[in-house]
Amino acid sequence: MDEPRYDEATKTYTTGHSYDGIEELNTPLPRWWLWTLYMTIVWAVIYSIAYPAWPLVSSATAGFLGYSTRAEVAAEIARVEEANSELNTQLAAVDLNALKDNEPLHQYAVSAGASVFANNCSQCHGSGAAGAVGYPNLLDDDWLWGGDMEAIVTTVRHGIRNEQDEDARYSEMPAFGEQLEKEEIAALVAYVQSLSGLDHDTTLIEQGNELFVDNCTACHGDTGIGDREQGAPNLTDSVWLYGESDEALTETITNARFGVMPPWSPRLSDAQINAVAAYVHQKGGGE
Amino acid sequence: MTSEKTNPKKRRSFLERHGALERNGTLLMVASLVVVSIGGIVEIAPLFYLENTIEDVEGMRPYSPLELAGRDIYVREGCYLCHSQMIRPMRDEVERYGHYSLAAESQYDHPFQWGSKRTGPDVARVGGRYSDEWHVSHLSDPQSVVPESVMPKYSFLKDVKIDGKYIQATLKTHRFVGVPYTDEMIETAQADFMAQSDPDADWDGLLERYPGAQTRNFDNASGVSEMDALVAYLQMLGTLVDFSTFTPDASR
Repeated sequence: MDEPRYDEATKTYTTGHSYDGIEELNTPLPRWWLWTLYMTIVWAVIYSIAYPAWPLVSSATAGFLGYSTRAEVAAEIARVEEANSELNTQLAAVDLNALKDNEPLHQYAVSAGASVFANNCSQCHGSGAAGAVGYPNLLDDDWLWGGDMEAIVTTVRHGIRNEQDEDARYSEMPAFGEQLEKEEIAALVAYVQSLSGLDHDTTLIEQGNELFVDNCTACHGDTGIGDREQGAPNLTDSVWLYGESDEALTETITNARFGVMPPWSPRLSDAQINAVAAYVHQKGGGE
Repeated sequence: MTSEKTNPKKRRSFLERHGALERNGTLLMVASLVVVSIGGIVEIAPLFYLENTIEDVEGMRPYSPLELAGRDIYVREGCYLCHSQMIRPMRDEVERYGHYSLAAESQYDHPFQWGSKRTGPDVARVGGRYSDEWHVSHLSDPQSVVPESVMPKYSFLKDVKIDGKYIQATLKTHRFVGVPYTDEMIETAQADFMAQSDPDADWDGLLERYPGAQTRNFDNASGVSEMDALVAYLQMLGTLVDFSTFTPDASR
């Protein structure tokens, strides 16, 4: 290690480190860089005083700005609720059958309902409300429990066949596999298919008709048009929730179906429930 | 550094002593360790004793044996890679998923499942949102109910029967790391495991030990399958704390 010397050409001292005659300059850090570093240190100190930071004995310093994430989100939610409160109050108390006549409110309900639907309903009923096997299509006019505004609101609010809400719509089709023979179920399948004009085994119709009268008419009606009081589907149309094939109908009759919908009143406000009902109602099938 | 000897304009200041660290590898390592330790102690250690980081919330309880098994399946299948369990305190999150997550809600999670990636939605409050039947169809073939979904199929869960052979050891392990399982809970672990999804079982003891546990046949098939366990876990997520009676403390 040599003694550092002043280098005339660069006007800088060397470090004294030399190798094969090549010397290392002790170039100072650029001023702008150094001052930026000092400023960030000062900033960190100010920040830690302004915001919650330093741990003390039983709590941390709160900071002189009094910032709190929870308070901030609560204020933000309150601000939006306040902005919509007039419309939401109106919507929660609206006469459901007259909602369509109040154009601005109906418009608001449909828009709000669309986002409620996308978030809460689309997972089962599809993002376009066309349903899936076991989850009803909401675009058509075939309703299991009724398709006017009141009926839709009741279904959304309390759900179907769930344990959480005692006002949930309830009915239970018996599993006929325990009561009928396999051949009898096959005859019923053929008869049910005949009701809506599907291809079926015509030789079984007579037996199927008898079995239908004995076992099915109480809920599905004498002609098989269903009963909305019990959520019993119409068997004469071409809409099939679980499929119309031999296999699907055999499964339905043998083990029965038990479609469950959760109650939404614990999660959605009255205004949101009315909004989503209005959205579904105007999709095409509303009565 | 000896610059001050030949350079009278420069004082040997405190800030120039770093030369010693830069020229001595061992010293640099020791000094780095000291600095990192101070950072760690200041940032991490207080979280274990500061009252405002430990919030006790009514309703929280350890997972029931079947839920815990479901949680293990959740971890095994890597659900956390696409689903978070952490509703952040922001209005849009709260509107979509429900009340923001509290630290206490994952107090019995070892390891926690907050996640950091949302290819699918957050599942911190998925419990009760959909029917069991939906969960079974969705897990078996997600596209059957959500055609636009990119989630893989987990239909094999229905076919794998489990008997809770090691569930007692799992509970013991969780107790070892701080989950307050009682002796009674550990004693009855396997029985509770088998009972929760058995419609013919007596659920009174189970419900007393694990209040709010959901008891029914989740996959609608006989026996206990991995599907039962996973759906039992999903259906209880975020349901333990009653937010209608919860008042958030603003300082937390």
